[in-house]
Amino acid sequence: MAFLDLFKSHWGVHPQDHKRPAADVPVRRLPLSSRLTIPLSQHVGASARPRVLVGQKVLKGECLAEAQGNISAPIHAPTSGTVVAIGEITAPHPSGLPMLAVTLEPDGEDRWTEPDVLTDPFSESPQAVAKKVAEAGVVGLGGATFPSAVKLALGLRSKVDTLIINGSECEPYLSCDDRLMRDRAADILSGVRLMLHTTGAREARVGIEDNKPEAIKAMFDAARGFGQIRIMPVPARYPMGSDRQLIVELTGREVPSDSRAADVGVLVNNVGTAHAVHQAVMLGRPLVSRLMTLNGGAMAYPGNYEVPIGTLVSDFVELSGGFSAAPARLIMGGPMMGNVLPHARVPVVKGTAGILAFTAAEVEEVESRHCIRCGTCIRACPMGLMPLEMAAHIRADRLEDAAKLGLTDCIACGCCAYVCPSRIPLVQYFYHAKGELSARERSKLRQEATRKMAAQRQDRLDREAREKAEIAAKRKAEREAAKAAAAKQPGAGVEA
Amino acid sequence: MNNSPYFRKPTSIQVIMFKVLVALLPAVAAYVWLLGAGILVNVALASITALAGEAAMLKVRGRPITPFLSDGSALVTAWLIALTFPPLSPWWLTVAGTLFAVVVVKQLYGGLGQNPFNPAMAAFAVMIVAFPALMSQWPSVGHPLDFSAQLKLILGGLRELDAITGATPLDALRTGLRESGHPVTITSVMNGNPAFGMAGGKGWELIVLGYLLGGLWLWQQKVITWHIPLAFLAVLGAIAGIFHLASPEHFASPLFHLASGGAMLGAFFILTDPISSATTPRGKLVFAAGAALLTWIIRSFGAYPDGVAFSVLLMNILVPLIDMYTQPPIFGHKEGGQKQ
Repeated sequence: MAFLDLFKSHWGVHPQDHKRPAADVPVRRLPLSSRLTIPLSQHVGASARPRVLVGQKVLKGECLAEAQGNISAPIHAPTSGTVVAIGEITAPHPSGLPMLAVTLEPDGEDRWTEPDVLTDPFSESPQAVAKKVAEAGVVGLGGATFPSAVKLALGLRSKVDTLIINGSECEPYLSCDDRLMRDRAADILSGVRLMLHTTGAREARVGIEDNKPEAIKAMFDAARGFGQIRIMPVPARYPMGSDRQLIVELTGREVPSDSRAADVGVLVNNVGTAHAVHQAVMLGRPLVSRLMTLNGGAMAYPGNYEVPIGTLVSDFVELSGGFSAAPARLIMGGPMMGNVLPHARVPVVKGTAGILAFTAAEVEEVESRHCIRCGTCIRACPMGLMPLEMAAHIRADRLEDAAKLGLTDCIACGCCAYVCPSRIPLVQYFYHAKGELSARERSKLRQEATRKMAAQRQDRLDREAREKAEIAAKRKAEREAAKAAAAKQPGAGVEA
Repeated sequence: MNNSPYFRKPTSIQVIMFKVLVALLPAVAAYVWLLGAGILVNVALASITALAGEAAMLKVRGRPITPFLSDGSALVTAWLIALTFPPLSPWWLTVAGTLFAVVVVKQLYGGLGQNPFNPAMAAFAVMIVAFPALMSQWPSVGHPLDFSAQLKLILGGLRELDAITGATPLDALRTGLRESGHPVTITSVMNGNPAFGMAGGKGWELIVLGYLLGGLWLWQQKVITWHIPLAFLAVLGAIAGIFHLASPEHFASPLFHLASGGAMLGAFFILTDPISSATTPRGKLVFAAGAALLTWIIRSFGAYPDGVAFSVLLMNILVPLIDMYTQPPIFGHKEGGQKQ
């Protein structure tokens, strides 16, 4: 078979996954840190609006900030305690830009609010279940952090027939989904059944990469008896967990470039999201903590941890046992698509799947060279793009030409840069070009709007001038007519 | 670098070039076995010239010397020149060819990655046009000179070679078929000439096998893909086969074409040069098929015995066009190629 593989050309890459031994360590719970900073924008869409005041005491699970707008999600207290500040903190993003957050000082009791449970969700309407999910602040835990209730409602509207549950976890180093499937398969499947009920989909297919045999077995066992849920191992190949790639793998449907998954009757949700849905609906517990992987050569105790949202990365690492070596680079998320952190004083959020600390040896800075046109990036690209040609256009500032080659279809998975023997930072080129293109598009729209307004103003001025002139001409004509009439009939004028 | 991915495949240009050099070793060993150690002198000459020429050009261009020199690409060019030039060429022929390849074809175009033409093939083409006689003196297999005699030939410039050199099979066939003045057939040409062996040239089959072995290893190592070698050899074999079937006495057999001249070296080591060849999977097929067609035409009807170098250069010109029209289908677009 290995011989035949030499003829096949697959998209994607096969990085060494580095998931074990961290994946095999049982989940650990951290002691509470002394302070939690909970950002108000942990999801795609409008940021949540705070509804607590500084000094207010809150219970675990109490709503700290409510959703505002159609696409948004509320934020809940990860533990009981006192709100000590509402203000700007550094965002867990390479930009290090400020963002609004609620700071909570735990009282150490970790006391829950009264859970508000739907006793028989399957007899409730899909809308009622979706509302419950919305109230619990559940967002896509695979990294996209799209509000789940909005997605489920979309599924109901667009007649989705198949639910894809993403347990592929293709990013190297991360194993939180693996761990969740091994330990809480039944809860995940409960969440999947709730999602089936909410979306009206006929069946659910759970895709799990075949490098996680324990998770596959646990899920198989738990799925026995649920005919509408199929556990489907998929080959371990990055980025198998990318929505569009997983949909093709599991259903054979190719989502058109300008459409959404729902347009081909599919909805993709992460296993973590399914678990959160279960907790929200069956236990009445909002999303206040999640499993996160701690990994990388600089971590003293790599493994998976149940971490309250809002824990600072520095506290998380310290409570886990600290660093074993000086970290040269801190990454939030996986190494292929994650973000470098500006520093460790930033909080973990709902979308955080893990924190990686790499040693200097693992970081390995190599200078990039000229492209040797080997075409490896073309074979690796899961979207069928030509990264080398797009990069060549971008270098020469021919962004439109890069766009014609499919730049906007790039999902920034990093396969091209991963395989590049010249170490060209291709993804960086594409980020830059996409940003620049949309900036140009915006300024073009602005210019057009300005030009249009100027033209309208000119039109209006012209029209007014014309109307004035017409009126003046009319009056003049009337006057002259009157004059002429008066001259013709002088007597009549006098008589009048 | 502050952008994802933060995790890279452990590979580099250096590793790729090193593997290409390793893959050439079986053929080099076959050369030494059949023709004596003289080839090693030319390999060394070409290597030193390439490195010196590259270093000088990098200095002139104000580029860092060590990182670029250590990428191994100059050595690959040098080895390919040493292996495509006649093994007992006078030293200045090898040196001039290598300098032309590295200085003009590679560095003047902007260095590794920027050259539209294959440097080794451009050097071969220039030298065969400029020194057709010297570039055609190939030693016969079977009675190798001792090393000191070979060294004398290479360094001394004494060109009394007729005793030990002869035409290559491709050359003999071309001359025999078309320049003897009276109608002849392939059989009669081959029967009277000791240069012909079982498949290609006598003894040269071993060298061809060396290239095949090294090439297959490169494929197994994923340095090259199957597209170019397979398309080139298949198309060359197919055209040769059709004409051979139609007129076996005027057109050589497919096996003869595949086993002679630069076919095997070209298929695995020259056409697969990433920089000057097509990059898309379908583009590689078109590129290699075109080169095969041109090779057969030049061999059968052209003025030069072998056509690999010229067809590679001609196809190099077409690469941007081929790449443009063979863009792979973009995911989620019904029709492949350019977005509307």
